[in-house]
Amino acid sequence: MKQLASLTAIAAFAISGMVSGAVAPAIAADGPTLTAVKKRGELICGVHQGRYGFAIADKKGKWKGLDVDVCKAVAAAVLGDGNKVKYIPLGSVQRFPALQSGQVDMLSRTTTITLTRDSALGLNFGPPTFYTGTGFMVRKKLNITKVDQLGGAAICVFPGSTTEKNIAALFKSKGMKMTPVVIENSKELVSAYMSGRCDVLAMDQAGLPGHQQFDAKVPADHVILDGVYSKEPLGVGVRADDDQWFDITKWVVHALFNAEEWGISQKNVDKMKESKDPNVKRLLGASGNLGKKIGLGKSWAYDAIKSVGNYGEIYDRNWGPPLNLARGINNLWTKGGLMYGFPMK
Amino acid sequence: MADQPQTPKSDNSILNSIAFRGIAYQVLLGAAIALLGWYLYTNVNENLDRQNIATGWDFLEEPAGFGISESIIAFDSSQTFARIFLAGVLNTLHVAFFGIILATILGVTMGIARVSRNWLVAKLASTYVEICRNVPVVLHVIFWSSIIRLLPHPRQAIEPFDGAFISNRGLMLPFPFDHSLYPWLGLALIVGIAGAVYFTRWARITREQTGKYIATFWPSIGIALGVPLVVWLIGGAPLTWDFPALRGFNYQGGISLSPEYIALLIGITVYTAAFIAEIVRSGIESIHAGQIEAANALGLRRGFVMRYITIPQALRVIVPPTASQFLSLTKNSSLGVLIGYPDLVNIGNTSLNQTGQAVEAIAIMMLVYLTISLTISGIMNLYNKLVAIKER
Repeated sequence: MKQLASLTAIAAFAISGMVSGAVAPAIAADGPTLTAVKKRGELICGVHQGRYGFAIADKKGKWKGLDVDVCKAVAAAVLGDGNKVKYIPLGSVQRFPALQSGQVDMLSRTTTITLTRDSALGLNFGPPTFYTGTGFMVRKKLNITKVDQLGGAAICVFPGSTTEKNIAALFKSKGMKMTPVVIENSKELVSAYMSGRCDVLAMDQAGLPGHQQFDAKVPADHVILDGVYSKEPLGVGVRADDDQWFDITKWVVHALFNAEEWGISQKNVDKMKESKDPNVKRLLGASGNLGKKIGLGKSWAYDAIKSVGNYGEIYDRNWGPPLNLARGINNLWTKGGLMYGFPMK
Repeated sequence: MADQPQTPKSDNSILNSIAFRGIAYQVLLGAAIALLGWYLYTNVNENLDRQNIATGWDFLEEPAGFGISESIIAFDSSQTFARIFLAGVLNTLHVAFFGIILATILGVTMGIARVSRNWLVAKLASTYVEICRNVPVVLHVIFWSSIIRLLPHPRQAIEPFDGAFISNRGLMLPFPFDHSLYPWLGLALIVGIAGAVYFTRWARITREQTGKYIATFWPSIGIALGVPLVVWLIGGAPLTWDFPALRGFNYQGGISLSPEYIALLIGITVYTAAFIAEIVRSGIESIHAGQIEAANALGLRRGFVMRYITIPQALRVIVPPTASQFLSLTKNSSLGVLIGYPDLVNIGNTSLNQTGQAVEAIAIMMLVYLTISLTISGIMNLYNKLVAIKER
């Protein structure tokens, strides 16, 4: 009798398990990264140790910058609050192991998207959030206007960066010699240039104005050479073993591009929820449920835009005064730039 | 039949043999370790595969794509990763070799100075040892690197003598141009050193047999350097100097020591020499005072006492810990990463970043350091056996 009862109980459990198992797949299970972030209640973002305009901590320890704002947008889309982010400053060599090992959830750290990084490192990169190229800064009194005059110079450069390889190839192709001075720590590298250990500071051109204005004793003593000497599309990196997380970070960036294109800003996003434009309604969650398809809530894009604004506002906030870097190719495609938000449907 | 006490069955089964058990346990332990190793290896491979991270050793044949600031072998960015790792190993050995020599000289001097009867000398040596031992080696390296950065720009370099320049780009010295005679000079130097060693042995045997004391220090130096000198004179005394000259951004020509190399060398030398000084002092003080008093009672000179009585016995205490200090110095050379010296760890870090193959790059670095360390400790163990007092 007892055995029959327990058998029945086991059968009941098994059947209910199978039924719920059959029902479950209709709602997609959260991927590992999304589950971990939600459980932690905080997004861990890898950023630059200190590059003006991209990621820099002020005296009170608050982080500012374009890369920082992208992190905030993702945190707002996933957790509803752009402030629930922990920033981990990473050197150019530490950044990839930190992402691969799971120490950070995403890498918003002025990382150029290359074939090797996309494949051999086990990472995936979203759409570029900033386009730049290798640039050089030298002392004005050397009277150098072209890269061809830099033969024999000592060049300060970050290890493990695309810049390192670019200048090696560039100087080899011009038949010029150069001595790389390679230091991982950002502050140490810039101070090596400022103290005269090297003649030239080479990095993504967008990083140079900040160092010139804020790190040089006399900014007017330095000059940034014209022209960029490589293609450096900088994008957000995530691990390749989580497709859902890749989709989330990718489409948050596209949402920011589209928000600027459709005129949605931080200030008017509440009003825009009532808009009649079907694109805007879909994006802000007033119609359909785009968010559910990538594992987020209905108001994912609304939260992101409310937290940091659209791409144009992010750019102006970080690259307006005092750096005053013109948008150039970092403008919308409708205005002659390369920022092209994919269809949100 | 009366109950006979049961003799215990003698259990001659092989399981109880001590020899068998010893071997069996070792085999089981070996198998367990091998199993653990195999498990770790497949685990790492599985995880790397799952994350689509590249594995394998093929990357060593690819062009590195980046340059390094100094190297003993010629290197440019189109050469392979295997060659750049070799350049890193040679850079590490370069700074470790000279570091060991300088640290030994400085450490022994400071150690003997600490036990000197001259109060000022002893106190200065003590101050040096206490300060340098207690400051972490990282700070030593960064301190010297900052000091060297304060040196003047190449255009205003300090010129201590004709052809030598000290600036924040390093130390430039004139160096002779390469000549076909020089390999022969190297050979002659080896012959000269062998001759000096034989001379010293002959002098010692003569002293032990006849009691006649033959001075060996200066004559042996004369022999060691004299043979190459004679060869050089016979070859026509060729010597043309390559003077460094300021061309463009920096000095070209001559031989140069980069500021990173100098800072790293001084930093780790000064740190390790403080420890070696203490080891030497402990060796000297381990000699029983009675021996020194007996030697003094016999009227032996202080230098003689130090050389023939104190040091041979003190070496037993000094050599093993000094071997550890040498290993520690070699490994501390990896601090080149902080200041930009292209040693093995610096190059390994950049390589693992450019290729994504962290496990392979770190395995190479660990293997190289293990080999260097085992070699150094092997040499020191050999030396220990050589200077050991043969007790009767």
